[in-house]
Amino acid sequence: MATYKVKIWRQSGPNANGHMERHIVKGIDGDMSFLEMLDHLNEDLEEQGKEPVAFDHDCREGICGACSLVINGQAHGPETTTTCQLHMRSFEEHNVSEIDIEPFRATAFPIIKDCVVDRSGFDRVIQSGGFVSVNTGNAPDANANAIPKPEADTAFDAAACIGCGACVAACKNASAMLFVSAKVSHLAHLPQGDAERRERVHSMVNTMDKEGFGSCTNYGECEAACPKSISTDNIATLNREFIRSKVGPTT
Amino acid sequence: MSSNSSNSVPCGMTTVGAKMLVALTGMALILFVIAHMLGNLQVFLPGDELNQYAHKLKSMGPLLWVARIGLLSVFVCHVGLTIALTRRNAKARGALSSNEIQIRATGERYVNGYSYETATTASRFMIHTGIVIFLFVIYHLLHFTISPDHPPVAGDELIDVKAMVIEGFSHSIVAGVYIIAQLALAAHIYHGAASALQTLGLRTDSTKPGVSKAGILLAAIIGIGNISIPICVLTDIIS
Repeated sequence: MATYKVKIWRQSGPNANGHMERHIVKGIDGDMSFLEMLDHLNEDLEEQGKEPVAFDHDCREGICGACSLVINGQAHGPETTTTCQLHMRSFEEHNVSEIDIEPFRATAFPIIKDCVVDRSGFDRVIQSGGFVSVNTGNAPDANANAIPKPEADTAFDAAACIGCGACVAACKNASAMLFVSAKVSHLAHLPQGDAERRERVHSMVNTMDKEGFGSCTNYGECEAACPKSISTDNIATLNREFIRSKVGPTT
Repeated sequence: MSSNSSNSVPCGMTTVGAKMLVALTGMALILFVIAHMLGNLQVFLPGDELNQYAHKLKSMGPLLWVARIGLLSVFVCHVGLTIALTRRNAKARGALSSNEIQIRATGERYVNGYSYETATTASRFMIHTGIVIFLFVIYHLLHFTISPDHPPVAGDELIDVKAMVIEGFSHSIVAGVYIIAQLALAAHIYHGAASALQTLGLRTDSTKPGVSKAGILLAAIIGIGNISIPICVLTDIIS
């Protein structure tokens, strides 16, 4: 059982000023997840009649992309995983007893309360181009479209993006290029994505710009912060798709 | 949505389109820098090859002005777009909202800064090395092109560029300014060259090893080539 000195961002509302609040969290087991440590803190706060800390979470299995947090200066903390799959032993093993917790910060991710940020900008990017046209009626045979294995693998790797926003939080420019490129690249590698291929890249890039995300300067921090190890190769793919949509053949 | 007119890229371009133009103009400027360096390296030749070369360039007449205006347009496009994108990025990053002096004073987006894992120093200071290069270009033009102190004449109405170079770099402060600026240029090209290839979508599985080497190789060639001139003047290897 370990004790941690936690400093966590408190902000009462979107337009309020925030500050780092100090807490001592006792009785933390190495097998507890990071979010369970925060649950523990919130139970203490509630017992003392204080407002618990607001933070995002949902599946707690590392697949939904709801959890966030910048932990000791790193999106999702020191390991390549989501905050919900980060365990307290990661801190125990490295004798880290002080933990700073902040929300994912970007103008396009406004803070709602404490560590909860509004990431619906990502949803609007998806709405603008992250879809394919399908014929209604009976479901087609799963093997009706032949897709070479390497293409399927590349598409799958891009599709692994859970849209958590760590790439934006880690990027010095708050750029959403890794997220947008993962979506563009996923569908660009599959025959199902062909019908909207030209429009998709344009709509998604335009929406990304309109939402106020920054531009990519190829620092590579997004790839390092990504819990799903989405590669910046996808950004090169997005750039190729962008050029192709301008000067490539129309069909 | 946080978009507004002051947060947009010039000419209604997307950020991706603007970045591609920055990449293309950057590549053009790298080609110019290489050509410029090869021309300058003639200072190491024993005769007055450098003077002949300078004379040839000067006698190009209208073509010289076409080249100058072309180069200036590329330069203005590269600098203008990066300033617009950098300002846009600062807005996108946002600022901490807090009354606490300690937090406000950090000037970072995160209270204790972000722990960068992979970003190279060169990549994080592109705008700074860019500003150094910009100021240097102005100084360099004033120094050698617009107002050379006393253009010495070496017979046949040739301007003695070689003497001008040697005279200029014999002052250690002048040589120092050139060396620092060339180090900034090398750092800028180190990230810029590889980054431009990625932005233009030229980094693929097969070209990946070459792309990462392109930055280092170009930075080393241009850095060593250009810095060798003031160093050799200072150490009397060229005299």
